[in-house]
Amino acid sequence: MSDVVEKTLSALPSLLSLDSQAGAGKLSPSSKLGNLIKGITELTSKHEEEKLIKKELESIKEQVASPNTTMRQMKEIMVRAIYCEMLGYQASFSYIHAIKLAQQGSVLEKRVGYLAVSLFLNETDEFLLLLVNTVLKDLQSTNLIEVCMALTVVSQMFPKDMIPAILPVVEEKLTHPKEIIRRKAVLALYKFYLIAPNQVQHIHSKFRKALCDKDPGVMTASLHIYLQLIKENPESYKDLTGSMVTILRQVVGGKLPLDFNYHSVPAPWLQIQLLRILAYLGKEDQGTSEMMYDVLEESLRRAEMNHNITYAILFECVKTIYTVHPKSQLLEKAAECIGNFVLSPKINLKYLGLKALTYVVQQDANLALPHQMTIIECLDHSDVIIKRETLELLFRITNAQNVTVIVEKMLEFLRLTCDDYSTIDLVGKVAELAEKYAPDNVWFIQTMNSVFSLGGDVMQPDIPNNFLRLLAEGVDNVEDRQLRLFAVDSYVSLLQGVTAKLPQRFLQVISWVLGEYSYLREEESDPGSVMRLLARLLDQRHTSTETRSWVLGAMTKLCSSPVSVALARDVCERYSGSLNTVLRQKAQELMILSQDTKLRARVLPAEGRLESLEVDSSLSFLDGYVSEALAAGAAPYKSPHQRQEDLVQEKALSLEPYGLSLPVSLSSCSITDRLTDRRSPTLLSMSSGLSGNSTELSHQEGSTTLKLEGVKRVWGKDGYLAQQQSAGETPTPLVELPNPLLSPQSPPSQTQKPSSGLEPDQEKRQLASSLFVGLGSHNSVCLMGRAETAPRHFRRKPRGESSSGASEGSSNSSHSSRSAAVDNLLLSNLLDSTTVASEGGAATTTTPQQTSQRTLDHTTSNGNPHVEGTEQRVEAGGPLSLIRGNGMVAVVPPTHTQTDPQTQQDLHPAPALERPRDLPLASHLPAELSGLARSEFTPLCSDQDSSLALSACRVYKEDALVLLVFISNNNDSALHQMVLQLTCKELEISCISGSPLKEVKGHSVSVCLHTVVMKRASVQVELAGLLSYQRPLGQPQAAQFSLSLSLKHFLRPLTVSTGDYGKMWLSFSHDLKQNLRLVTTEHQEPLTATLDALKGKLHLHVVDIIGSEGIVACRLLQGPGQGQPCLLHCRVNADSLAVWLRSPVPELPDSLLYHCQKALTET
Amino acid sequence: MIKAILIFNNHGKPRLSKFYEHYSEDTEQQIIRETFHLVSKRDENVCNFLEGGMLIGGSENKLIYRHYATLYFVFCVDSSESGLGILDLIQVFVETLDKCFENVCELDLIFHVDKVHNILAEMVMGGMVLETNMNEIITQVDAQNKMEKSEAGIAGAPARAVSAVKNMNLPEMPRNINIGDISIKVPNLPSFK
Repeated sequence: MSDVVEKTLSALPSLLSLDSQAGAGKLSPSSKLGNLIKGITELTSKHEEEKLIKKELESIKEQVASPNTTMRQMKEIMVRAIYCEMLGYQASFSYIHAIKLAQQGSVLEKRVGYLAVSLFLNETDEFLLLLVNTVLKDLQSTNLIEVCMALTVVSQMFPKDMIPAILPVVEEKLTHPKEIIRRKAVLALYKFYLIAPNQVQHIHSKFRKALCDKDPGVMTASLHIYLQLIKENPESYKDLTGSMVTILRQVVGGKLPLDFNYHSVPAPWLQIQLLRILAYLGKEDQGTSEMMYDVLEESLRRAEMNHNITYAILFECVKTIYTVHPKSQLLEKAAECIGNFVLSPKINLKYLGLKALTYVVQQDANLALPHQMTIIECLDHSDVIIKRETLELLFRITNAQNVTVIVEKMLEFLRLTCDDYSTIDLVGKVAELAEKYAPDNVWFIQTMNSVFSLGGDVMQPDIPNNFLRLLAEGVDNVEDRQLRLFAVDSYVSLLQGVTAKLPQRFLQVISWVLGEYSYLREEESDPGSVMRLLARLLDQRHTSTETRSWVLGAMTKLCSSPVSVALARDVCERYSGSLNTVLRQKAQELMILSQDTKLRARVLPAEGRLESLEVDSSLSFLDGYVSEALAAGAAPYKSPHQRQEDLVQEKALSLEPYGLSLPVSLSSCSITDRLTDRRSPTLLSMSSGLSGNSTELSHQEGSTTLKLEGVKRVWGKDGYLAQQQSAGETPTPLVELPNPLLSPQSPPSQTQKPSSGLEPDQEKRQLASSLFVGLGSHNSVCLMGRAETAPRHFRRKPRGESSSGASEGSSNSSHSSRSAAVDNLLLSNLLDSTTVASEGGAATTTTPQQTSQRTLDHTTSNGNPHVEGTEQRVEAGGPLSLIRGNGMVAVVPPTHTQTDPQTQQDLHPAPALERPRDLPLASHLPAELSGLARSEFTPLCSDQDSSLALSACRVYKEDALVLLVFISNNNDSALHQMVLQLTCKELEISCISGSPLKEVKGHSVSVCLHTVVMKRASVQVELAGLLSYQRPLGQPQAAQFSLSLSLKHFLRPLTVSTGDYGKMWLSFSHDLKQNLRLVTTEHQEPLTATLDALKGKLHLHVVDIIGSEGIVACRLLQGPGQGQPCLLHCRVNADSLAVWLRSPVPELPDSLLYHCQKALTET
Repeated sequence: MIKAILIFNNHGKPRLSKFYEHYSEDTEQQIIRETFHLVSKRDENVCNFLEGGMLIGGSENKLIYRHYATLYFVFCVDSSESGLGILDLIQVFVETLDKCFENVCELDLIFHVDKVHNILAEMVMGGMVLETNMNEIITQVDAQNKMEKSEAGIAGAPARAVSAVKNMNLPEMPRNINIGDISIKVPNLPSFK
């Protein structure tokens, strides 16, 4: 605090004396804030500051409490409180006064009040409720300043529950004559949309009006909303593309008033925003992209490099061009632009250039080639951020050939860095690369050793977990044994050295591996050696307790020979008296197991240690104990969620309006409540004898009406419910099938020579060639595969193939990066002999294959690396023999569709909706699906000459949604090598039937069946599909399509009794309330009519209707035999329907409500 | 979205902190400290972008900062903001401050925290960029200052004050843009069949 303090001090007197003449805004000399700041600047230590602020806060407290303090003084006090809060000292006593100031002060004081409130409080603060009325009043004020202040505070923070109270007023402001008010209102509504999307759903049309507002400022504000909306769901807003393009064209063309210019660039921020929107709109959509090519080109051309902000526009432009459907001419220009960025001497631009490269190499790795030398220079840049960005770029272009060099570079950086964030990030990347592309065992284990020792204890815990799983998984073939043996050997040698510096996590990994796999090396060394090493580890002081327990666990597995047993006894004696209970337990286990060989063989069998154990999650074996305890007077168990609820009910303010609360009987049954409570132990002890199904009895009580009393406190019921729920929620283990198409097939490698003209030194040349090996023009060779980018686990990689064998050989012989580089260089040159390495040609020319390659990459490499769609197809038309995994049978011949209402009724409550209309394709429907409800056929895409057409159809099965893709070949020639891939990260897609179909004959139709379930509830999801095929005399071709699936396709009725409904209701934790429109018809009660409408449209099950209340239930499909329930409780309130949704999953009520709203608006 | 705007001096003393997302009191202080720690150890000739704050950072967010004499201006933003755009926004902010305070210095920020907040509120609202035109921002701020002055003069006559405020007209320039024909039609979502 040297010079600044001096400056401040010297400036203070002049500032204070100048105050009076500077006008109303300056402080008076006697200002208390002035004194406070003066006091603080004079201090020398943090401790003194603390003391001074404490004193200040005391005095503030005194003043605010005094009744004589005027609002004017209060304002000044608030500024002081803000200052103290900013320094990190709590002034919570002043919060209420800040609110008071906002409520009661004049405009000026109000402003300070609002400011203080927005700095002190947050959305969840209950104080904010006191502010709602003030905000409402100010929003309706005739004073513009007040309205502005209210809108600002609303967009900063507003309690979610209270949005409906002010929403109509804010909405009204969209038509306010002043543009500044309209603008702020738009942003406030955007904020509401972010907090609670459902509540502003009805005003989407008003957003469109804001977009068309005559003031560009309002239009700019509305783009915030559209950016978000389009990002979430581009399909629904494709119709806006034209408008966005028009707007951008006019902005770029300088049609805006001059005061929108910034450094003579017209509205740059607006341009950036629009370019982003276009990127979302044009992504994977050729038609839409074509509309924007012209304007993108114009933007590129107009943005001359003269000011910082034009670079910002250019950067955005380049990103958009690479996101939308590719056009080679634009891509070239964009690539040139990226080059300018990367080569720029300005460091910010270099950084952005690297960012842009990182983005584009995901689509076309060749783009990195022209910039090799720059990238190499950036690797040694003095700025850490640039270095890290370069490594990120290298991470993206890693393949099986350059992995050793790139990983070496990363580890080099890791050794130098000391900041946790980069360590965690990079360690994760190295681990990922090592697992994917490791050329051999030795390298893999050594790399992982560096990862563990460098990553230390900050790295993500899943890295060691994955590593251990990788070691443990897999059959006991020779390779796995070698890997394990090598790991064991390397760890033994590590432990023989100095262990003091090894991180705890690494020690834990070591001890686990040694415990499991030491037996592999037993034959060659003496049995006690590993045991002794572990014991030494125990002795060291720096070893943490957790690690010690891992070590003890490993020893337990190892103590087979007499030497070990003796050693174990030693250790046990020491630790059986440990203060730590875990250690003591482990020591006891070790003691007992080491002495009883038989027991040990049973508990820890040498083979099959990883076979999954069956776990009785309901803990039914404890039922007897629990009922005894209950009989003896113990309090019944409450689930954590229930306890929380009780606590909330007891303590917190009830924020729910009274009118909406659920069954009256619930609140008015405290006496019966207590009665059932006392009876519960007996109930339980009886029923848990009967196969644990203790709900049977409570069932009978509540099966006729909505009586819900008592159930909440019965342990038995809860236990049962939990069990049911857990059965419903168990995720199906994700079985990753090795994809036959992505099988490793290393392409012929090629070396790109660095561009001539420059004279880089030899070392860098070598480095470049080893880094960029494998990025050449070979891409067109393996059209589908992209073998080097496809995810592939080390373990699963078939060894001994010629290509991988080659790279294995290279790195086996090399341990330092330098020699590796040379080797790689030599190797690639050797391999190169077959392909012609043209210097710049491979990098820049765009052959047709490359373009189509790029199109493919667009879908394959963009999303998550784990492609879950498997592809199989079924020949249609002929006799079908589909073997399906689930037990669901619905074999109804098509002719019987109408005449067999019984079957249909059972399977689906609303069969009338589905009527096969489009017969040509319908005849290809597999027989056992033809009786089921299904959607119409939607055309997906077709060729230019309509020789190939794709269409889709959804079949609603009871336990799954079956998606059928029809491939109609209208040409004479057959299609070969067909592969259909469906990808969507929100969906779980699995193919239903037999062996993959490779071809479709001329003039025939094939069907592919997939079952689809949602992983997480969401309103609507996009499914991306890619069909690649080949004509007999043609190039490989591909057709892309996308299909949107909505939540309602995945909903099925949930048939429950009223009693069960009541129990489920109480056990679900996520709820949501909302008022919906009532449907009125002439001959029906409004409630019945509304529920019928919902039932028809969304496949809900109406459980019961009692008076003005109705209960409805449904479930969301989630794999065979599973489903997530969602319950709705509806109650008629005057002219609206109050709906209360509950579900065990957080997202479901929200998304379901959206569809309910839509369904009711449509009727 | 902008997550937070921080201003602190070369010694890490906070001069302004505004968070657009909720963090606990302690976290906020930690973020300020961590950000200062990250920013202050960077040289003058390195890039103005930073990733890697543990608290506010993560891969989603980045820090964009500028260093003026004794003060650091740091914006924490997520991936939906343009980096260079924000860099220029900081410039606009500082130029606006300079206009409003006539040769702004650190002391202005200390003694007029509320004013600085008001200026900021005209630029950024709830984490979204509201206005980027300096003149426009100054017009808004001036209108409020004018009101402030008039109110100071008429403190004794509330009735007059009310009417004065009511009659006050904020300047508004007609700024028109023809954005063509935007078809307002509700997209037809596939019905459930």
